[in-house]
Amino acid sequence: MSKTVKLRKGLDIKLIGVANKSKDSVEQSSVFAVKPTDFHGVTPKMVVKVGDKVKAGDVIFFNKYQEDVKFLSPVSGEIKDVVRGAKRKILEVLISADSSIDYKDFGVKAAESMSAEDVKAHVLAAGLWPLIKMRPCDVVAKPTDTPKAIFVSAFDSSPLAIDYDYALHGEEQSFQAGLEVLKQLTTGKVHLTMNGTVSPDVVFTGAKGVELNKISGKHPAGNVGTQIHHIDPINKGEVVWTVNAQDVVLMGRVFTTGKFDMAKVIAVTGSEVKNPKYIKTIIGTSVKNILANQIEGDNNRIISGNVLTGDKITEDGYLGYYHSQITVIPEGNEPMFVATKGWLGLGLNKFSVNRTYFSWLTPNKERTLDTNLNGEIRSFVMTGEMEKVFPFDIFPMHLIKSVMYNDLDEMESLGIYEVAPEDFALCEFVCTSKVDIQDVIRKGLDEVYNECL
Amino acid sequence: MIRKFEPQHDSKWSKLHPAWDAFYTFLFTPGETTQKGSHIRDGIDLKRTMFTVIVALIPCLLFGMYNTGHWHYASLGEAGEFMDNFGAKFGYGLLRTLPIVVVSYGVGLGVEFIFAIRNGHAVQEGYLVSGMLIPLIVPVDVPLWMVSVAVIFAVVIGKEVFGGTGMNIVNVALTTRAFLFIGYPTMMSGDKVWVGGLGEEGAKTADGFSGATALGDLATAASVHEENVTALEKITSLESKIISMPELTGQLTSKIAALKDIIASNTAVIESKLAMIPSLWDSVFGNVMGSIGETSVLAIGIGAFILLYTGIGSWRIMLSFVAGGFVMGLLFNLWDGNPFMGTDPLQQLALGGFAFGAVFMITDPVTGCQTNTGKFIYGFLAGFFAILVRVFNTAFPEGVMMSILFFNVMAPLIDHYVIQANVSRRMKRLKTKNS
Repeated sequence: MSKTVKLRKGLDIKLIGVANKSKDSVEQSSVFAVKPTDFHGVTPKMVVKVGDKVKAGDVIFFNKYQEDVKFLSPVSGEIKDVVRGAKRKILEVLISADSSIDYKDFGVKAAESMSAEDVKAHVLAAGLWPLIKMRPCDVVAKPTDTPKAIFVSAFDSSPLAIDYDYALHGEEQSFQAGLEVLKQLTTGKVHLTMNGTVSPDVVFTGAKGVELNKISGKHPAGNVGTQIHHIDPINKGEVVWTVNAQDVVLMGRVFTTGKFDMAKVIAVTGSEVKNPKYIKTIIGTSVKNILANQIEGDNNRIISGNVLTGDKITEDGYLGYYHSQITVIPEGNEPMFVATKGWLGLGLNKFSVNRTYFSWLTPNKERTLDTNLNGEIRSFVMTGEMEKVFPFDIFPMHLIKSVMYNDLDEMESLGIYEVAPEDFALCEFVCTSKVDIQDVIRKGLDEVYNECL
Repeated sequence: MIRKFEPQHDSKWSKLHPAWDAFYTFLFTPGETTQKGSHIRDGIDLKRTMFTVIVALIPCLLFGMYNTGHWHYASLGEAGEFMDNFGAKFGYGLLRTLPIVVVSYGVGLGVEFIFAIRNGHAVQEGYLVSGMLIPLIVPVDVPLWMVSVAVIFAVVIGKEVFGGTGMNIVNVALTTRAFLFIGYPTMMSGDKVWVGGLGEEGAKTADGFSGATALGDLATAASVHEENVTALEKITSLESKIISMPELTGQLTSKIAALKDIIASNTAVIESKLAMIPSLWDSVFGNVMGSIGETSVLAIGIGAFILLYTGIGSWRIMLSFVAGGFVMGLLFNLWDGNPFMGTDPLQQLALGGFAFGAVFMITDPVTGCQTNTGKFIYGFLAGFFAILVRVFNTAFPEGVMMSILFFNVMAPLIDHYVIQANVSRRMKRLKTKNS
């Protein structure tokens, strides 16, 4: 049964710098990276050494504890460097790319005419497995699990997010092929959830053989976690897999072309980008070419992903594996004097859920927000603020506290299986006490993963 | 410039860093940036939150000052109309109230700083509001040393032993008042303390002036009413004796007559007390006697509007607290056992500290319920019991404080059951799935 869900809770943060609807091409970057840190919980076991030649589709590393989950090179070229951090943890594997990409051939396949085992084996072999994430815990799925359903969100509601209706227009064939793959991976249903407030592109409305749901409301309506919770919530012992809409296209493309072609459309956004727009690029690209001559000022935060959940990267950093967006906002590392910009000021430029600053006079204005914490870390004092932006039948503050004092039973009964850090992004945003809530939830999920799964 | 004085980690002043930090962050929101998770954050912080509450308290403070002056002059018989002599009245109130505010902040923040330095954590902003609430809920004639003793007790025992701001179980400001009430009952009740200057030796009052609050009057009326009830019972038993033992008629008749005299004089007292109860409009406007900031429902209403409109105060708690009090008032009305019970429910809500408690005390997010459903239950029960305590315990007409303190303690229990309901919903979903 398809469902239509209406959310009353949530928050849309209106920022300056929405990408214009124009697809630009940028000169291909000379360096690409596969970052093991993008895959939480994966311990990389390297297959290649510095100096090795690779094709697009050759294995770079695999998961030490799940050897059939392989991570492939998105481009052909030479392994340039393996960047390590503390305790020799591998942070980035850098590949200097050839000017024209040489693809390894995986063979053209049609998932609908294959057996379920063959599809799974091919997804693993063709390096598509990391695109599938599992709930609970929001990590790369385990091939041994049988998910009760697979969820795909057809839109992203986070601030300045990529518009899939625009970005994936014309990809009907690959998208449908990707859905066919997903259908073979579960005995249950594949849910595709569309935005109920707009009319989605034909790429989604024309999808066949899947449950088409609609959800309307403010962010986090587009988060797949919200959709799971309202359509088919996860109980203890159940597993649900999730795939990003664009990654479904990538999967389909690998099946239909036989090439590990990880080209995707990303949105370059944010108040400090001169000309926010869409561009076509490849997973793992360096952002240097993309942002060259595009940034205003020199005191900026560059984020791979959106402002709520993305990763902080440098100006010559690399696009994250799951990200379809680069955001540039100003750093807020200047102290603010109390009476002008601090806590006694009028605060016309501050954005707040409450009406304590006079910015409530202009609620629909698009704003430039910086990375300042806007306060100091404190004990939890205010209550009820998270509930306003958290559309789950879960008590956010109590779940957070149960993680803080590490009570597994309580985490379980309060619903930790249903949530991912990104679901708490808005809670973190509104928190008066400036607690790093996503980090707390991630710790709780790690604990659950180690003890219970 | 201020950075120059920052105690370095290795210097001998390093222990004073929390104190420096408190001053620095008071003046500047630090250039601290987000490192992980959400890169942008809401503009609000705890300082702004607390500041908003203080803004909401200002109408109460200003009205309280003026009202203090008014009743001082009224006790001398020189008040005239409420608005006469505006400057003198306000000046007197300012002179009486300001020292209490200064002592409350000075002592309370002093204790906070000591604990912050000792424990090496930042000075949290919780006391900014408590420090303003305390002057508003004490009688104007309270000696300053009592205020400081009570503040030290409340901050140390009520808050710091539990871990400081955000961890306390009972409301700090109310703990102060409870300490004063239990430790120095003569200074917190009766008919001398509510008017500035009345408690001093040799103070003169104009003829016919009484310094008792409306709640005190009602409590007196209620206890006198009790005496009447027992007297009436005695009369009935005496009359039955007359029938059984006619030989004692003369003696008993004189006893009955004496009792009837008592009843008559008591009834006169009740009538005079009830006559002194201010009209509903007066108690809403606030030109009545009481603690400094709690008398004017109008001033409190302005504060309530600020808290609700900015989203700082919880409308759920405020609404249900008032509803709880109103329902209890109605129930007592139906019973009508004594003059106190017979008071109009709206009047009950307007008298004493009920309105102040509803807006500023019960809504304390730290000590109240944290779940939305819990907030409704918590507010309703606290309001219900506030009127119950007020009416039943005539020795202690200010039941609001006791009721709120009691439900501060009960709040985690209410939350527990609300959360269990959510947990069992989740369990049920799992069971239906498996069956």
